[in-house]
Amino acid sequence: MIHKYKLNGFNIVLDVNSGGVHIVDDATYDMLSYIEPPLSDEIPQDVLKALSALYSEEELRDAYHEILTLYHEDVLFSSDDYEKFADMMVSAPIKSMCLHVAHDCNLRCKYCFASTGDFGEGRKLLDAETGKKAIDFLLKHSKGRRNLELDFFGGEPLMNMPVIKEVVEYARSKEAAYNKKFRFTVTTNGILLNDEITDYLNREMYNIVLSIDGRKEVNDKMRPGINGKGSYDVILPKFKDLVAKRQEGQYYVRGTFTKYNLDFAQDVLHLHDAGFDQISVEPVVTDPKNDYALTEQDLPRIFAEYETLAKALIERKKKGNGFNFFHFMIDLDQGPCAIKRLRGCGCGNEYVAVTPDGDIYPCHQFVGMEEFKMGSVLDDTLNTAMKDEFARANVYTKEECKNCWAKFYCSGGCNANNFQYAGDIHKPVKLSCDMEKKRLECAIMMKAALAVGEEVTE
Amino acid sequence: MKHIKTLNSANLKKSAAKGGCGECQASCQSACKTSCTVANQKCEK
Repeated sequence: MIHKYKLNGFNIVLDVNSGGVHIVDDATYDMLSYIEPPLSDEIPQDVLKALSALYSEEELRDAYHEILTLYHEDVLFSSDDYEKFADMMVSAPIKSMCLHVAHDCNLRCKYCFASTGDFGEGRKLLDAETGKKAIDFLLKHSKGRRNLELDFFGGEPLMNMPVIKEVVEYARSKEAAYNKKFRFTVTTNGILLNDEITDYLNREMYNIVLSIDGRKEVNDKMRPGINGKGSYDVILPKFKDLVAKRQEGQYYVRGTFTKYNLDFAQDVLHLHDAGFDQISVEPVVTDPKNDYALTEQDLPRIFAEYETLAKALIERKKKGNGFNFFHFMIDLDQGPCAIKRLRGCGCGNEYVAVTPDGDIYPCHQFVGMEEFKMGSVLDDTLNTAMKDEFARANVYTKEECKNCWAKFYCSGGCNANNFQYAGDIHKPVKLSCDMEKKRLECAIMMKAALAVGEEVTE
Repeated sequence: MKHIKTLNSANLKKSAAKGGCGECQASCQSACKTSCTVANQKCEK
């Protein structure tokens, strides 16, 4: 399978199964519309005939020869050899946990999927004892995995700093005996950051996700406090301070765009201009009935905006003033292995969420859906049948994914979104797929633009 | 090549043979929490 497209002056051909990315001239691009494997040693007469008005015979024969060379090298029209691995997808150790330390929040973001922090289950904080049980659960169920990930999540996790500290200390005390390495991360709205907490997070957290949507008016419209006032002026200086003091650890400023800011490239660039160089601004995931929801009608505008952003980013990178935009980050050579790409996020299988009550769900997005409660860290129970079902979910069990060119880049999409908006974890949501594919096209084009050193075309 | 420039080593198939160690980061633990993007994760090997 190949996927070919034109973007920003480049003719791009992705060979899906090898991961090969080829930049081709017009003759080759047009010819690929007429060719299907298996390829013959000579250019088919009907191909010559079809393109003879546009290109010389010599040019066409030459281009075909190059196509044939790549075909024999198995980097063009390469075969799909992965389904056998998909058949072997079985339950894996649990090595990654989203720990909900606070089902409460000090903001009232209008698009919050957690019902402004409490996930519809009432406002509460995790106690240290339950947090330690979650660590025990992870130590036990991670089996032979060494790298363990624990994300402090909410609601707003900093509302429960003492428990974060106690859980971190407890987990660290177990690392040597269990031969594990904990990587802690936190996702915060920043309201409660102060010097002491900033230093602590910078010291202990492998990655810090700082929530801010971009321009002041955009952020404040959707991210007000309990008093209704916008949060931008409070959080921006705190985020700048944290990032300035942060040395080697990862961070992202992370925003959400909605129908209200379809010009979201301006928000991304605003965050860069404010001094951040690790940026993620992502489409809102919500019920289509909400007035801020993204819909099919918005797609042309969103696609154009991703292109605008990609071009701006290329320009800034060429001037030595680049930044990372999370959804455009792609490593064409050293990315995740094909096995990882078959089933993506691992939710419900190697990744789970734990609530302040100690309940286990497949991931944070399933929290509050009673039918997806899969156990408890308090009594070490786990619904292994449900875990097996999530373990089997991969790009070959999802009919629409199987034949999609993007399957090894998005890995089947978000199972929670699939369930919430398409009714089945195996059914991808078209709106999300369309945006994902556009982002991938932009990301690959950027690689071409930066590799070839071509000028950006308008 | 005159007509085609290949940008990468196209090694996805090779990665399957040595892959699947499970030590790399769960994608949702990086930045997103709402949208799955796997291809930007790093291999731990």
